[in-house]
Amino acid sequence: MNRDTLVSFEGVVKRFGSFVAVQRMDFEIRKGEFLAIMGSSGCGKTTTLRMLAGLEAPTEGTIRLSGKPINHLPTWERDTPMVWQSLALFPFLNVRENVEFALKMRGVGKAERRRRAEQWLDRMQILEFAERNIAQLSGGQRQRVALARSLVVEPEILLLDEPLSALDAALKVRMQSVLKNLQRETGITFVYVTHSQSEAFSMADRVVIMSRGRIEQIGTPQEIYGTPRTRFVADFLGSSNIFSGKVTQSGSTGLEVATRDGAFRLSGSVPHLPQSGEEATITVLDTKTNLSVTPPEGNLNVVPVRVIGEEFVGATATIYTETDTGHEIKVQKSHDELASLPVGAGQRLYASWSPADSHLVGAA
Amino acid sequence: MTQISGEELNRNRAVDLALKVYVVLAYAFVFAPIAASFVFSFNSDRFPSIPLGEFSLEWYQAVASDPLVWQGLTNTLVIGVIVGVVSTVLGFGAAYTDYRYHFMGKQVYLALALLPPTIPVIILGLAMLAYLSRIDLSGRAISVIISHVVVCAPFAMAIIRLRLSQMDPSLEPAAWNLGASEWATMRHVIIPFTKPAIFGALFITMAVSFDEFAVAWFVSGLNETLPVKVLGFLQGQVSPRINAIGTFVFVISMTLVILAQILLSGRSAPTVEKE
Repeated sequence: MNRDTLVSFEGVVKRFGSFVAVQRMDFEIRKGEFLAIMGSSGCGKTTTLRMLAGLEAPTEGTIRLSGKPINHLPTWERDTPMVWQSLALFPFLNVRENVEFALKMRGVGKAERRRRAEQWLDRMQILEFAERNIAQLSGGQRQRVALARSLVVEPEILLLDEPLSALDAALKVRMQSVLKNLQRETGITFVYVTHSQSEAFSMADRVVIMSRGRIEQIGTPQEIYGTPRTRFVADFLGSSNIFSGKVTQSGSTGLEVATRDGAFRLSGSVPHLPQSGEEATITVLDTKTNLSVTPPEGNLNVVPVRVIGEEFVGATATIYTETDTGHEIKVQKSHDELASLPVGAGQRLYASWSPADSHLVGAA
Repeated sequence: MTQISGEELNRNRAVDLALKVYVVLAYAFVFAPIAASFVFSFNSDRFPSIPLGEFSLEWYQAVASDPLVWQGLTNTLVIGVIVGVVSTVLGFGAAYTDYRYHFMGKQVYLALALLPPTIPVIILGLAMLAYLSRIDLSGRAISVIISHVVVCAPFAMAIIRLRLSQMDPSLEPAAWNLGASEWATMRHVIIPFTKPAIFGALFITMAVSFDEFAVAWFVSGLNETLPVKVLGFLQGQVSPRINAIGTFVFVISMTLVILAQILLSGRSAPTVEKE
């Protein structure tokens, strides 16, 4: 165990009856990092967070906080405050009383309680609403009350369970920067559960991607985006074109994979070089894929495609095409780059990408 | 959110008016006997008849000077308050158990907890009498209390259960997570949240106990409550004193029910302000 490790999950399994919510999970949370746990609903991300908070006990394995096993420590004896998806503010208390709650439960004196609560209300820029009822606050203000209520005890770690899901898009973006700055300034470790890729990637230092109770990949947003480790991750992120096939050539400089849409080459170093004849899946980012009217020159992978449709994504557009076998290839380009390209539905074009931009993922 | 009012729906005016008249008539039908009792309690005539005699408080004086009535009233009030408190405590416990825990046979538990008011009162009264006399507890104030708690606790449970169902399921774990033990959470979160329902249940169960006659008649023995006393009067003679007592009991019960209504509707639906 590393000196920088704050939390470690060691072989943690959680079963509800016969349903396995989390299966044999091993990972570490570092001191002071912003970690996002991401996955679709039912992947076990919230269960993981609840085990860390002490609201569920692991069926097997050990969870350590600062080196001490905490499996059987009840949640009220841990300093692992959580910001809830519903926020769970106490409706019968005003803003100040909500923020003071955790201090009151810890037996902090009245004057001290008030001072510390006001300090956090001020920091969250909601001191003027201190005497208001929760029902009189807007969504963004409630969000800040919930954060102040959890942070007032100045914990080492803060757990957040999709706290922004109820906000509208503009407010969500604003709260993301509030959260990110807060985390940086306080140095408190944030563990943020979300199903939203944009939230996870914009705030987190590291992202854990989960699927069906298992960790698929842990890494920085750049690593996960650029080099998805499994086919699931590439699919889940939805920003890569994916091809599967059999390896026909394999060497130190790269390999060639025969797919139903043709043979594609991949160059550069590969961590585990597969042998000829093995199954392999390669991916290439949609931003690294090009379209042209005539077959492009040079050392490229090329495949003829037919345009299916176009999707406008702000500064860029995504062109959806398919190969003769019906395999989807998407290409993301700026509007300028697309201006000279005929992209009406049914248009025949050539998709191409460099072997150096191809990436090999695990067979799973 | 915009509320659609009746006018905006552009309904037929005649239908609208007819429905209003219907509501007034329905209420008139329900409240006419009570109103009549109320009016005749202030009437000087011995028998209820029209035209009325002159305004008089003689029946109230007669009632007030009857020590037996005072005895009955005291019994009713003491029993009502005790029944209200005990039923509310039991009802709260039952409702919280239902809210918090999942266990084998929970459906059976719920059905049994809510069953007593559905049993015909005559049968319940007889059963109570048979049971309480067997364990040597019949014919006393405590007999009425026990029997009324059996009838009232389910009402308290239903009222408090409804309130708990409106609670954000994350509220209790959020309190635990902020350092409150289970008992501290009960005291600082669950009880404050359910407070309107707890008082509502208290007033409703008191009102039910005040008015309850059949079971009390079976088990009260010499410790008659006021409704049982009224029956005694009726069997002996027809006296406008009954109107006076009836009016008095009605006013108390209605006050309790209205108080409960205000508590239960007032804070149960929090208003949400939009940004």
